[in-house]
Amino acid sequence: MFDPVVLPFIFAALMGVSILLYVVLDGFDLGVGLLFPFADEAERDRMIASIGPFWDANETWLVLAIGLLLVAFPVAHGDILTALYLPVAVMLIGLILRGVAFEFRAKAPLGHKRPWDVAFWAGSSMTALSQGFMLGMYIMGLQWTWPTVAFATLTAGALAVAYSFIGAGWIILKTDGALQRKAVDWAKGGIWGVVLGMGAVSAATPLVSQRIFDKWFSFPEVALLAPLPLLSGALVVSLWWALRRLPMEGDRFAWYPFVGATALMVLGFGGMAYSFYPYIVPEQLTIWEAASSTEALSIILVGTLFVLPVILGYTVLAYFIFRGKATKLSYD
Amino acid sequence: MDTLLLSRIQFAANISFHILFPTITIALGWVLLFFKLRFNRTGERKWMDLYMFWVKVFALSFALGVVSGITMSFQFGTNWPGFMETVGNIAGPLLAYEVLTAFFLEAVFLGIMLFGASRVPGWLHTTATFLVAFGTTMSAFWILVLNSWMHTPAGHEVVDGVVVARDWWAIIFNPSMPYRLAHMLLASGLTVAFLIAGLSAYRWLRGDRAPATATGLRVGVMLGAVLIPIQILAGDMHGLNTLEHQPQKVAAMEGNWETQGNVPLLLFALPDEDTRSNAFEIGIPSMASVILKHDPAGVVPGLNDFVAEDGTVMHPPVAPVFWSFRVMVGVGMLMLVVAWAGAFLMWRRGAESLPRPYLWGLTGMTFAGWVATLAGWYTTEIGRQPWLVQGVLTVEQAVGDIASGMVLSTLLAYMAIYVALLAAYIGVLFHLARRGGVLYEPVSSPGMQPAE
Ligand code: HDD
Ligand code: HEM
Ligand code: HEM
Repeated sequence: MFDPVVLPFIFAALMGVSILLYVVLDGFDLGVGLLFPFADEAERDRMIASIGPFWDANETWLVLAIGLLLVAFPVAHGDILTALYLPVAVMLIGLILRGVAFEFRAKAPLGHKRPWDVAFWAGSSMTALSQGFMLGMYIMGLQWTWPTVAFATLTAGALAVAYSFIGAGWIILKTDGALQRKAVDWAKGGIWGVVLGMGAVSAATPLVSQRIFDKWFSFPEVALLAPLPLLSGALVVSLWWALRRLPMEGDRFAWYPFVGATALMVLGFGGMAYSFYPYIVPEQLTIWEAASSTEALSIILVGTLFVLPVILGYTVLAYFIFRGKATKLSYD
Repeated sequence: MDTLLLSRIQFAANISFHILFPTITIALGWVLLFFKLRFNRTGERKWMDLYMFWVKVFALSFALGVVSGITMSFQFGTNWPGFMETVGNIAGPLLAYEVLTAFFLEAVFLGIMLFGASRVPGWLHTTATFLVAFGTTMSAFWILVLNSWMHTPAGHEVVDGVVVARDWWAIIFNPSMPYRLAHMLLASGLTVAFLIAGLSAYRWLRGDRAPATATGLRVGVMLGAVLIPIQILAGDMHGLNTLEHQPQKVAAMEGNWETQGNVPLLLFALPDEDTRSNAFEIGIPSMASVILKHDPAGVVPGLNDFVAEDGTVMHPPVAPVFWSFRVMVGVGMLMLVVAWAGAFLMWRRGAESLPRPYLWGLTGMTFAGWVATLAGWYTTEIGRQPWLVQGVLTVEQAVGDIASGMVLSTLLAYMAIYVALLAAYIGVLFHLARRGGVLYEPVSSPGMQPAE
């Protein structure tokens, strides 16, 4: 029904979109968890309130991404996940801890709230660090050697900081008063981690393979690619400029750090996708070699084309319903 | 221990933990919708109280279901790469449809259902509640389609060792799907019925005489009393279906070694695979033949038919299947007695004056549904061994090539967390029951309350 050459490409694109949506959306609520130790009890309640209606749906994008990998590229799925067995386990345990801590902290006896707060922070950190670690290992071609592990450790830290940055951006957007001012300070610290992380990844990627190196530095491509770093640089400067002035009167520009952080993530992701395409397991398997049968992909695509717009529609509806500053979170 | 065994234990541990929470959320979603509609209709406060209490249990169970479900979806790749490589063309689309049509629906509308009541019009909130309930049921539908297909594959063809779909209608409505779906949805209903009855009884015993408590008791017991006979019927039909498609499983359930007539229904026995016979049999003569063939002389297949010439055993391990089946049916019978006794007592003396021992009995059965559900799944899944997909793929062919030490370490970590979380979950449920579901007093900073 569909073309066997185009289909894997469409699925790679769909998977890319879900990973990107996941990184931005769960990124901000993981970031809120990472910032927990810096906030006091009342502030933590408000931070939780700001992500309450969203975190569950945000995580579902991870399920979709891994589902698409599983169904569209079964061979790559096995390769990648068995190579990343331990970091995946750490991430899953982190996701479990923070997901349940979120619910338990409000329902457990009052005296037990603190341990659940710690679990929420620990779970968020484990998730963010292991995802960053997997990112690094992926860039390094899924090989476990000392240098690759060292690089992955660096990206682990960088991604955690990036998540805290977008998390701080979210808090600036969703709160006011003292907490908002605090979040501006957090963001000011976080932005340097983001610069470091994006710098490290950009420096390392072309060194991984000659192919990527050529893709970056040969002539027509370099002109195509140049806007990416330039735009990112401009964004960082403007973000820094904005953060020094926030909060402004009438809450103007409170949305900017969050939107700017999102834009940075999109740019970084775009650069990575450009470099690794057409490989799904770096330098080993292309998306066409790994794709499942055309017939199975067609079946999924038909459904996806109908359902994805609906999903996006009601996701937007939810963000619209819970727009504005976060207030007390309760079931009524 | 080897990687295969460890991976199996890890998979079983994860799915056993996961299934506990969907079992609750599938039916509780509909019960919440019922509470909400009753409130919309009558305006009686007690229905709102019930809604507010049980929505907390729902939110907590849902969170546990989601996080353990995410673990499940990674397991296929981390531990069973051969599964997707062989049957991915069928399992893939089914799992994709589950994510697309169910997971997003539940997750997005859950936010509106839990926190949106004061932000959206009443009808939209009721709709959100409906969509969440609908979404959980859809999840169950898709995953059970897949699981049933693994037990009774249909509509496919094997080309070069890879399974290719031929007829999606036959794949989705494979022979055991309707039975398994019905039986599982009823199991979920029963689990929730006894959960509601049990916690309400506990509240009553603790002196909580709110109207919501008595109504909760009534709803729980009545729901149980209605569903349990249907479940027994559905289970019986499921068994007949299994007899047709997986006779070796039924032979293990019955502990029947030889193909013969007048097979007794064993109430107790110790199956022994070395001697290939049972010790200490206590049974009702010819009863198994009557149940399975509707004829005392009916010939029922035995386990010895499933041993190859060279001695390879192609039937499941007998004792675990035999015993988990008895646990499930035993709990089912207990549910029948308890629910009908309760319905009778309520009819004679009202929900407000049930005898204390009966209420304690209900409290003790709060999680009876879990026990039966797990036992049922163990029967089903262990009964499929050594196959992963009946007749197509064995477990051994699907397992990934990972160092057993790694599997062992993750297994131990998961186990530790699951035990702790289960204890916390049960503890918090009873804690909520003691508080009668009343919210915390407002704390320190004005205008701020802990997130509920
Ligand atoms: C509250 C839970 C509950 C209760 C009270 C029962 N069951 Fe059950 N049973 C399940 C929950 C369950 C289950 C967890 O939902 C299973 C596992 C897989 C499935 O499809 O349903 C199951 C499986 C299952 C199977 C295996 C089917 C297969 O081959 O896959 C049979 C034969 C029965 N049941 C029969 C019964 C009978 C005769 C019951 C009479 C009392 C009964 N069940 C009560
Ligand atoms: C409906 C979705 C399900 C699917 C797709 C599924 C699939 C699987 C897979 C892949 C395995 C591993 C291979 C094996 O050891 O046989 C397995 C085994 C097992 N599953 Fe399931 N399962 C499902 C539901 C469940 C549930 C709900 C339970 C229990 C509550 C369960 C209990 C088990 C057990 C105990 C084993 C181990 C059997 C053994 O190794 O002896 N399964 N199943
Ligand atoms: C191999 C088997 C399974 C996998 C891979 C799996 C995967 C998942 C995932 C990823 C989620 C989270 C969805 C979200 O993000 O909202 C989930 C939730 C859910 N699952 Fe499973 N699951 C399996 C078995 C089962 C079984 C056997 C049932 C029931 C019969 C079931 C019913 C549900 C339901 C109703 C939910 C949503 C409600 C809740 O989270 O409590 N699943 N599952």
